[in-house]
Amino acid sequence: MGETHGPKGPGRWARLLLIVPFVALLFPTLYAHAEPRLAGIPFFLWYQFLWVIVGVAITGLVYAVDRGGDEP
Amino acid sequence: MTHWDELIIVIVIGLLVTVLGFGASRWRRADLNHLEEWGLAGRSFGTIVTWFLLGGDLYTAYTFVAVPGVVFALGAYGLFALPYTIIIYPLVFLTMPRLWQVSRNKGYVTGSDYVRDRFDSRFFALLIALTGIVATMPYIALQIFGIKVVLANMGISPEVALVIAFVVLAAFTYVSGVRAPALIAVVKDALIWLVVIVAIIYIPYKLGGFGSIFQKVEHAAAIAPKLKAKPDVLQPSLFNAYSSIALGSALALFLYPHSLVGVFSAKGQRVIKRNASFLPAYSFLLGLIGLLGFMAIAAGIKPSKAFGNNSAIADLFQKMFPSWFTGVAFAAIAVGALVPAAIMSIAAANLFSRNIWREYVHPAMSRREEATVSKVVSLLVKVGALAFVLGLPTTDIINYQTAGGVWMINALPALVVALYVKRLNVWAMVVGWAGGMGLGTYALFQEKFATSLHDFGFGGKIYIGFAAIIVNLVIVAIGSAIAALAGSSTEGSLSEADYRPLAADAQRTETVPPLTPPLVPGSA
Repeated sequence: MGETHGPKGPGRWARLLLIVPFVALLFPTLYAHAEPRLAGIPFFLWYQFLWVIVGVAITGLVYAVDRGGDEP
Repeated sequence: MTHWDELIIVIVIGLLVTVLGFGASRWRRADLNHLEEWGLAGRSFGTIVTWFLLGGDLYTAYTFVAVPGVVFALGAYGLFALPYTIIIYPLVFLTMPRLWQVSRNKGYVTGSDYVRDRFDSRFFALLIALTGIVATMPYIALQIFGIKVVLANMGISPEVALVIAFVVLAAFTYVSGVRAPALIAVVKDALIWLVVIVAIIYIPYKLGGFGSIFQKVEHAAAIAPKLKAKPDVLQPSLFNAYSSIALGSALALFLYPHSLVGVFSAKGQRVIKRNASFLPAYSFLLGLIGLLGFMAIAAGIKPSKAFGNNSAIADLFQKMFPSWFTGVAFAAIAVGALVPAAIMSIAAANLFSRNIWREYVHPAMSRREEATVSKVVSLLVKVGALAFVLGLPTTDIINYQTAGGVWMINALPALVVALYVKRLNVWAMVVGWAGGMGLGTYALFQEKFATSLHDFGFGGKIYIGFAAIIVNLVIVAIGSAIAALAGSSTEGSLSEADYRPLAADAQRTETVPPLTPPLVPGSA
């Protein structure tokens, strides 16, 4: 499985970061609030948009340190 | 009343797309009588083409109509599209490169091809193939439905126009295969991004800014009776529904045959990983489109007689935009329907030719015959979908599609868990699949197929597909554990080496310029 041919070194541990978006988004009790607003937009909405960007940053970071893949 | 200026723009863009669709057969020229070429473009797509292809494939016209439609009807709940399309990418990043690699190594064209070898079971492969076909058919119909909403809003009779659109779609898919939607996806995306960026600036400007929009939404929610309120913040009674449908939808999406076409036509694992990093750009776009549902509420749009809440977005455009730009927006939705409809019909056709026709009817067929069967079936699939749309009430089609997700998620153990867990038993897999399908379908019947949420007696209403996959996984785990103790795990005919990158591919991937600082060669 992944461990035998997955990422080595920092890549292996970086993959744990991929759990973070699940925690941040799958518990709406964390963010289902109207305040604080951003330009009139309720927190519930802008928080989730913010997580699109944070999610990209996390996956991008994991990609950058990931060594598994095409190289035989 | 026919809106001629809108119609002319849609026709011009339609002609452009038609030319591209047929021209695509000459792009990256190869023998299209070979299924891996017609159906997967020879697994040759790099990062950018894959980005357009998967974006066009997953974020469909129907999504663009339905997400604001749900927000318009129910408020904040409709935004589950955001967590759904964010958490999906870590999952893709972790699992799809491995599935890509084994498929590339063994020449698999469909997910069921993998299942067949992994479990040495053409019966289980058939079950997974049928699941994919049944889940995909109504999805294709919904794309046509998206075009129908647009056509009706332009004031022309949808039937004739739909038939024309579908003859064109069917012809270029037959000729060019997956190359056609890949090229057209570029046009689709350019149009959609243009329309959404303009909409998200221009409409709030006309409605007095976001503050004023949400004030109106909140005011409307405050005076509405409790069940009809459309709040802009999720209410606690829907927390579990929101999380479970976001997670369940994310688990199901990449199991769909059309998603796998997008994945398999990539040229390397790293192309898929890069796309897992960059595809969320579309999620942002989808979220913005969801906000248009709130804008429709604030603008006082009413559900239409013919299409209910699903016409909210088209009505909003028509009310807010000058008519020529409404034409551009409608063309964006129509083109956005053609791309996934083409890929979905290719995917369903490949399942038929590889996992049903070759497996059960004509095992000795040549590669050329195989490609021909796929091409013909891709036509039949579209005729069926068109008949669906013209013959059945719209609500029925949407309900089938809802059911499609509940069914599709049951392929998770076969297509993803099986990549990692050796000691599975094929009969535990079959019973798990049956259990998940059975529970899911039973709950859907309880809800008369009108919603994908059901109260199973714990945590209030949750996504039916989520409950189905839990049952499926529990059966697979217990059954496989017992079988493992008895020494009868299903090893199948694949070994760990089949999941490793091929030495011969190393050169090929070097032609892909790395987006990150160069990797140390051979360090993997």
